[in-house]
Amino acid sequence: MNIIVCMKRTPDTATKIAVKDGQIDPACLDTWIINPYDEYAIEEALQLRDRAGEGKITLVSIGPPEAQETIRKGLAMGCDEAVHLVDDAFAGLDPLGAAKVLAAAIQKVGDFDLVYTGWKGVDEDHGQTGIYLAEFLGLPHVSMVVKIDDIGDGEARVEREVEGGHELVRTSLPAVFTAQKGENEPRYPTLRGIMGAKKKPFQTWSAADVGLDPAGLQPVQEILSVTLPPQRQAGRIVEGETVEEKARELARLLREEAKVI
Amino acid sequence: MDFSLTEEQRMIRDLARDFAQNEIVPIAAEHDESGEFPAETIRKMGELGLMGIEIPPEYGGGGLDTLCYVLAMEEISKADAAHGTIMSVNNSLFCHALYKYGTEKQKQKYLIPVASGEVVGAYSLTEPMSGSDAGTMRSRAVRDGDEYVINGRKSWVSSGPVAKYILLFTMTAPEKKHHGITAFIVETGRPGFAHGKVEPKLGIRASATCECVYEDYRLPVANRLGEEGEGFKIAMSTLDEGRIGIASQALGIAEAAYEASVAYAKERYAFGQAIADFQAIQWKLADMATRIEASRLLIYNAALTKERAEQSGARYTRESSMAKLYASETAMWVATQAVQIHGGMGYSKELPVERYFRDAKITEIYEGTSEIQRMVIARSVLGGK
Ligand SMILES: Cc1cc2nc3c(=O)[nH]c(=O)nc-3n(C[C@H](O)[C@H](O)[C@H](O)COP(=O)(O)OP(=O)(O)OC[C@H]3O[C@@H](n4cnc5c(N)ncnc54)[C@H](O)[C@@H]3O)c2cc1C
Repeated sequence: MNIIVCMKRTPDTATKIAVKDGQIDPACLDTWIINPYDEYAIEEALQLRDRAGEGKITLVSIGPPEAQETIRKGLAMGCDEAVHLVDDAFAGLDPLGAAKVLAAAIQKVGDFDLVYTGWKGVDEDHGQTGIYLAEFLGLPHVSMVVKIDDIGDGEARVEREVEGGHELVRTSLPAVFTAQKGENEPRYPTLRGIMGAKKKPFQTWSAADVGLDPAGLQPVQEILSVTLPPQRQAGRIVEGETVEEKARELARLLREEAKVI
Repeated sequence: MDFSLTEEQRMIRDLARDFAQNEIVPIAAEHDESGEFPAETIRKMGELGLMGIEIPPEYGGGGLDTLCYVLAMEEISKADAAHGTIMSVNNSLFCHALYKYGTEKQKQKYLIPVASGEVVGAYSLTEPMSGSDAGTMRSRAVRDGDEYVINGRKSWVSSGPVAKYILLFTMTAPEKKHHGITAFIVETGRPGFAHGKVEPKLGIRASATCECVYEDYRLPVANRLGEEGEGFKIAMSTLDEGRIGIASQALGIAEAAYEASVAYAKERYAFGQAIADFQAIQWKLADMATRIEASRLLIYNAALTKERAEQSGARYTRESSMAKLYASETAMWVATQAVQIHGGMGYSKELPVERYFRDAKITEIYEGTSEIQRMVIARSVLGGK
């Protein structure tokens, strides 16, 4: 079972985002993590590989040179190899462009049964890359996968999250899955994993290495401006002599002011 | 001197931080209250490699350097100092001594399971009537053919109630005082060994501490660590390493207390302004930050000096004592200021600040009190022996 996991580094979810001139202020981004949904994909991939008892997991990631450290954390968790896509032309990619680059890299890696990635990045929340990627690779795509029931022999049965429940899907392999938070918590890298990570194959490829012309990667969408969510209003304590009175007042406020009931 | 961290050191710090914040912080108050040993998180720490960080992989450890150990100790202790105590005793007191002084057979049998975190190790020097002055210990080991027969009572054994193996220091030649102490590796499950009273403690309450009683406890000669009479040297050189660990524990406690104080000072209003706007509070925070930074530099310096000293066979007693002395007194001072900044809430069990305050105190006592550290440092200053 050879699995390719597409992962990227994102700002730590605890980051206090600051906005400057209508865009995210890069100065506020100082701690980086593996995108949490990609981390679910890594955990599932590790379990699949270990259950199969053979095969390898290749991480494919687009990012600046500094992203190397985050990618190596994926190796420390137990993935086998990494391909880091670094090029000035990759700096302002939108999801469509990212999918083109990933598809080209995946084709170059070759020989895989499954491509797994997070259903969205927690940085810009597009939720598009995996879908485009499946299209470029000409493969079936299952989104929001929460559990793999059965896999092997060119076929897989997986559960995906749908509003209010789960849907059981059968697909041929190879396929592209995007991960939603499932039952399995991503593991911590062990000290041995961290020590071993630097000895694992790590390749760095440019646009030219994967046969792409930077001209074809121009974004088709543009972020015009970013605004912070409005400040939360202070809470309000409902006054009244008795519990019944307070409940009546609360119900009135919910109906007349908040208009939610 | 270059203290910048390598990628690996950063990754290990991050791992310890993630683990500590996700797995230890949520259970710390509960275990502090009940005094129950946190077996589950300690087991997980073993699986990650945190119970034998510096021991080479062939003996079950992580094979990393002292700075990695320092960084991990700091992060774990920042979440809960009791976990830090258990980790530090296992890493620096048990594993380090066995790795340095053990025979190949002893390492195979006792180091591998403890360094890999499968079982817990302890270190037992102190007795009811002998603490700072180890030369007066009353327990005895008498040679009888291929065995030693041990009798006596040891006190304050951290992890004693759960340890499978204990590094025991006892007298084989009382008339020689320090030079009559010998080290042994004790298997706790055997006849003649019994747990004594469990110590009810002010702080680090989840790190189980008890007395251990030996009554005609028989131990094969093969379980002696080093030669007869080498025990004191082994105990003291092991504490050189241990004190770097305790200094890191103190640093973690100080950081936790400091960070809580900064956050609280910005949030808490009095007289129409955040208390952080009062100069009296600002100066406390500034002093806290400065002493913490100084502690960190002393600890990193001790860690790097140790790395070099291990190559050359030299000791690093002075650096390690200075780091332990300064960091532990910083932890106590910072925790005291943190309680003050929190006012009444600093005295309440609803916040962890009072726990930091209770936990900080131990770092000034065990592995050599502050007075003993000053004695050790003064000896190196004055050039005595
Ligand atoms: C929670 C906890 C865990 C512990 N864990 C362990 C463990 O795992 N293994 C172990 O072996 N021990 C352990 N200890 C014991 C600890 O190391 C001793 O308590 C410590 O070394 C001090 O010894 P003492 O308590 O006998 O104090 P004493 O030696 O009686 O000292 C009493 C006071 O006199 C001062 N004093 C003593 N001699 C001098 C001097 N020459 N000059 C100036 N002042 C002096 C001391 O600094 C102290 O203030 C632990 C203790 C505690 C509280």
